[in-house]
Amino acid sequence: MSFFGSLFSRNRNSASVARDRLQILLAHERSNASGEDQSELLVQLQKEIMEVIRRHVSVDQDKVQVKLDRGESCSMLEIDIEVPGLEKLTNKPES
Amino acid sequence: MAKVLVVTSGKGGVGKTTSTAALGAALAKSGKKVVLVDFDVGLRNLDLVMGAERRVVFDLVNVIQGDAKLPQALIKDKRLDNLSLLPASQTRDKDALTSEGVAQVIKELREKFDWVVCDSPAGIERGAQLAMYHADHAVIVTNPEVSSVRDSDRIIGLLDSTTEKAKAGQKVEKHLLLTRYDPSRAARGEMMSVDDVLEILSVPLIGIVPESQEVLKASNVGAPVTIAEPESAPSRAYFDAARRLSGEKVEIAVPTEKKGFFDWLFKRGAA
Repeated sequence: MSFFGSLFSRNRNSASVARDRLQILLAHERSNASGEDQSELLVQLQKEIMEVIRRHVSVDQDKVQVKLDRGESCSMLEIDIEVPGLEKLTNKPES
Repeated sequence: MAKVLVVTSGKGGVGKTTSTAALGAALAKSGKKVVLVDFDVGLRNLDLVMGAERRVVFDLVNVIQGDAKLPQALIKDKRLDNLSLLPASQTRDKDALTSEGVAQVIKELREKFDWVVCDSPAGIERGAQLAMYHADHAVIVTNPEVSSVRDSDRIIGLLDSTTEKAKAGQKVEKHLLLTRYDPSRAARGEMMSVDDVLEILSVPLIGIVPESQEVLKASNVGAPVTIAEPESAPSRAYFDAARRLSGEKVEIAVPTEKKGFFDWLFKRGAA
């Protein structure tokens, strides 16, 4: 980092970064009783969402990406599904 | 009235066995009758840290399976005659410990000793849960480091939910023991401070053991640091922690090495 970069960067040491990361993480883990439930919930969510989508299109399991970002006040669950042949899908009702 | 104390942490390598030995010896030095029970079946090490590795004949599993009587398995410390050790076995059988068997052994130990100190295995599985199940007190050994603090939080959750006390609607008395603490790094903001860890875990502090070379030196020779180097900084932290466990009010401080100029000179010469 340049001199000016370090001068103007947020003045935070690694210990306070550690403390803040832990506080956010543990708030989530504690709210999910044993900490295992959350990953089970995610698996379940992914499974059911996929089921709904598969009713309409065929989806390659390898082309599904599930991302989670746990924030302090809210979390973001992101499911990216690559849908093949969307043209066919939109044409379907007409045919 | 005998008390059962579990020394636990979740994470491995933070100093459970070292702390079990040091705290147990400190309690024994204060005149209490103390037994140390190694629950780390398969990976026993408390015998080695206590310098009793060549005297193990029977172990906890032998007692539980009825192959030996409890008094046959207890190893009396050669330095403190009110300190005993019940070693773990080396078996790889995970189910060697039964909950009924453990309950029976703890009951018998309560009759013979003032303090039953259980050294928990790492992890949160059966062995760790059996070690904490009968506890009245728990010492949670934590390093000022993210993974150790996270695992301690899990262990605290288990102490509050899966122990005998918790099931009876009571509480295991929890105490946080911060080990391998380096005050100068904490002051520079490179290590979480005592207050940071306390704020996150909200468990009352029972001691701060500074990072010290004396701890390794003591385990090298098979002695609890509180016996090998009773005047050293970590030993003073353990002695104070033992007094707090016994109910005394002792102000918490980070002990520092007392070094005179000549000590310093000789240490440097020897190094």
